[in-house]
Amino acid sequence: MLDSADNTKKMSIIITKGTLDWAYPPFILGTTAAAMDVEVTMFFTFYGLQLLKKDLDLKISTLGNPAMEMPMMGMHMKMPNIVSAIPGVDRMATTMMKNLIKKKGVASIPDLREAAIESDIKMVACQMTLDLFEMDQKDLIDGITLGGAATYMEGALESDINLFI
Amino acid sequence: MADQTLDAKGLNCPLPILKAKKALKGMQAGQVLEVLSTDPGSVADFAAFCNQTGNELLKSETAGDVYTFEIKKT
Repeated sequence: MLDSADNTKKMSIIITKGTLDWAYPPFILGTTAAAMDVEVTMFFTFYGLQLLKKDLDLKISTLGNPAMEMPMMGMHMKMPNIVSAIPGVDRMATTMMKNLIKKKGVASIPDLREAAIESDIKMVACQMTLDLFEMDQKDLIDGITLGGAATYMEGALESDINLFI
Repeated sequence: MADQTLDAKGLNCPLPILKAKKALKGMQAGQVLEVLSTDPGSVADFAAFCNQTGNELLKSETAGDVYTFEIKKT
């Protein structure tokens, strides 16, 4: 345990994406860093703000994701872009992903977000994005602060690690 | 030997670490937490976790598919 405030390591993460698959890296790294006594700030902007909604309804898209393969019927199924045009494919891929997550003992995003709140990670929602997309702070979870680029910069300048996801 | 045991078998990264951290929070300095895991990545992860947090990794053992760690809270 580190007792001197000066020795505390800090990390900031900018989160710009709001699909189920992209929600994992920031929440896994954020919660793990906090568990390793790092002071973490997560700045949610653009589509990343979806991850702060009270009602999480995250999906994955096969579009623009040519490297995506999912285990299915004993083989690995590729997801060519053309497949995304078929109605229901994203919903099916999301269901498959959620089943895999459960089967493999991977944490759910709601669980990881809960862990982030419990470990006192500072979560900042981008005010400009709220205005731009006409989002209401009432739809976001409690305990987050609103801020802008200057808020992020102030924390980033004194951080040991700054990530953009 | 261990004061508390955490069964993290079947859980994947980063859950064993997050649950271990939570368990350690409720323990006294000098007490030992035993963690059971089936995640092969947890071998490197618990070493890194202890290295960073200053808690002492007393034991890191593999028996079949199960990894056993003993962490002494400092």
